[in-house]
Amino acid sequence: MNSAAIFPARSGLVARAVDWMIRHPAMFTFLMVLPISLWLGIVYIGSLIALLMQSFFSIDEFSGVIVKEFTLGTYAELLRPANFDIILRTILMAALVTLASAVIAFPIAYYAARYAKGKWKALFYIGIMLPLWSSYLVKVYAWKLVLAKEGILTWIFEKLHLSWLLDGILSLPVIGGNSLSVSYLGTFIVFIYIWLPYMIIPVQAALERVPGAMLEAASDLGATPRQSFRMVLFPLALPGIIAGSIFTFSLTLGDYIIPQIIGSGRLFIGQAVYVQQGTAGNIPLAAAFTVVPIVIMGVYLWGARKMGAFDAL
Amino acid sequence: MTEAVSFRGVSRYFGHVRAVDGVDLDICDGEFFAMLGPSGSGKTTCLRLIAGFEQPTSGEIKIYGEEASGVPPYRRNVNTVFQSYALFPHMNVRDNVAFGLRVKGVSKPERHKAAEEALALVELAGFGDRRAGELSGGQRQRVALARALVNRPRVLLLDEPLGALDLKLREQMQHELRQLQRSLGLTFVFVTHDQKEALSMADRVAVFADGRMQQVGTPEEIYSRPASRFVADFVGSSNVIPADFAGAGPAGRWASLRPEDIHLDPRGRDAVVTSRAYHGRVIKLGLSLGCHKLTALLPATASVPETGETIRVSWDAGRAHVMGPEA
Repeated sequence: MNSAAIFPARSGLVARAVDWMIRHPAMFTFLMVLPISLWLGIVYIGSLIALLMQSFFSIDEFSGVIVKEFTLGTYAELLRPANFDIILRTILMAALVTLASAVIAFPIAYYAARYAKGKWKALFYIGIMLPLWSSYLVKVYAWKLVLAKEGILTWIFEKLHLSWLLDGILSLPVIGGNSLSVSYLGTFIVFIYIWLPYMIIPVQAALERVPGAMLEAASDLGATPRQSFRMVLFPLALPGIIAGSIFTFSLTLGDYIIPQIIGSGRLFIGQAVYVQQGTAGNIPLAAAFTVVPIVIMGVYLWGARKMGAFDAL
Repeated sequence: MTEAVSFRGVSRYFGHVRAVDGVDLDICDGEFFAMLGPSGSGKTTCLRLIAGFEQPTSGEIKIYGEEASGVPPYRRNVNTVFQSYALFPHMNVRDNVAFGLRVKGVSKPERHKAAEEALALVELAGFGDRRAGELSGGQRQRVALARALVNRPRVLLLDEPLGALDLKLREQMQHELRQLQRSLGLTFVFVTHDQKEALSMADRVAVFADGRMQQVGTPEEIYSRPASRFVADFVGSSNVIPADFAGAGPAGRWASLRPEDIHLDPRGRDAVVTSRAYHGRVIKLGLSLGCHKLTALLPATASVPETGETIRVSWDAGRAHVMGPEA
C-alpha cells in the first residue's frame, strides 16, 4: 500500500512529455493547432497565393510563353463575351441547382429530423449516404444511360403515353435539346442528384436542433402552419440551408466532369480551367478562371452573414 | 359560474399506454387551478389537451362551452407558458412577445406598444432589444409569461413554469404569479409536481396518478381530507395508518393523520424515536409505535427527545381523517 500524498514523477520520455504538457497548457494548445495551421497556411493559402500570382501574369499569344510581368490583362480577357458567357452560365446553373436542392432537401430533412426514429432513422442515413459510397463517374455514366434518347426514361414516358410531354420539354429553347443527356436540363438533373446529400445532411442537422416546443409555441401563439414555417422553422433552419448551399453552390461552380459527360457541350468554368491549363497551356487564364468561384463564394458568404444566416449558430 | 374548461370522459392513449384515462374535470372561470401529480401521471397531457397539442382518443373537451376536439392550437384563444420557455432564439425579446400579435396581423407600432406593456407587467420594461440568450432563467420565464399574456388569452396554461428556477426566485415568482392572476382575473391552469407550490398558489387542486384524476378540491380539502392513500402520501407528509389503529374508524380502512397533530402526552402510547431532524421552529421526529411508523412535528421549544429514547405520544382521534374504501 502506497501511503504517499504525492506520487513520484513518472519515468519514460512520453510520460515526462505528457506531464510537462499538463503543466504548460498553452504548449498543448499550440501543438494541437499546429497541424491545422500548417495545412491552412502552407498547403491551402500558399497554393492559393501561387495561383493568384499566376493570374496576374499573361501569355505571349505568338510564342505561348508565360510573361512574368504584372498585368490585369488576363482578367480583362475574362470579360470577353465567349469567356463571360462561361462564367454566367456556370453561376446561373450553380444558383438553380442550389435552389432546387434546397427545395427538394427540406421536406426529406424535416421528415428525418422530426418523425424518423430508430430503424427508420438508420434507413434514412443509409439512403442518403449510399450514393456517396459508389464512384462519382459510375453514377454520372449511369445517369447518361438513364437520360439518353434510347434510355429508360424515354421508354417510361413512351409506356405511359407521355412521349408528347418529354418531346415538349425537349423542344423548349435553351434548356432543351436532342435528348435529356445532351441538354442543360439533363446537366441540371444530374447535378442535383449528385449534390443532394450535401444539402440534406446540414439541413437535417439544423432541424434536429430546433426543439419541438418551438413549433408548438408558434402554433400556440396563433401562427398557422404556413406562418410557423416562415417565421420560426425556416429562420432556424437557415444556417443549415446556407451550409448546404455552400456545398452545392461551390461544388457546381468547380465541377468539370458532369457537364462534359451530360450536357449541351458548352463549357462551364471547371471545363474552361481544364482546357486552358491543359490543351491551351494558358495557365494565367486558367488561374483567372479559378479566381472567379473563389470571389463569388466570398461575396456569397459575406452576403449570407449580412442576412443573419449565422446568427443562430 | 361558467366553466372555462370542461373534460367529459377524456382519454388519451399513446399506443397501449393510457396517458390520460377517463378524466372528468371542470375548471371555473377566473380560477387558479393546479394539476398536481408525479411525472407520468397524466397532468401534462391534460394541459396539452387543453392547448390542442394533443387530441383526445375519446371523450370531449369544451373551452368556454365550445367543443375543442379537432381544433388546432392556433385557433384556440389559449396560451401556454412552456416548461423550457421555448423563446425564439432568432428574435429579440420584443419580437418574441409581439409574435402572437404579429401573426394576427396587428400593425408594428401597435404590437410593439403592447409588447412593451406586457414586458412592464412582468417587470422587464426596457429589455425589448435583448436576445433571449442574454437573459437569466428567471427573466426568460417572465418573457415567456409576457409573450403569452400579451394575447389576452381566455385560459393561460403553465407547464411547470418554475421548475428550473432556484428556491428563492421560485418563491418570489409564485407570489407574483398569484398576484398577476388576481389582478388580471384570468383563468390559470398550472401544472406542477411540487405539492407545496400547488397548495399555496391554487384555488383548487386536482391530484393525478396513473392517468386518472384522484381527487379535486380546495387545497384545504386535499390536505386535510385526502380521498385515497395515494393523495395522502403525495400531498402531505401525512401519516397513513389503519383507521382502527388511529382510533378513528373500522378495521380495513385507512386514515390520514397530520404530523403536527401528534403531541407529547405522559398518558399516551409508547413510541421509540427512530430519527430526528431540526427544521427551525419545529423538530421532525420519526416514531415507531409497534409495527407502525409515524412522523411527528413537535415545537422546537419542547424538551427534545434523543434518537432511541422512548417517549409517550397521543393524538385526538377526531383529527384523523378516515379515507374511503380502496378502489
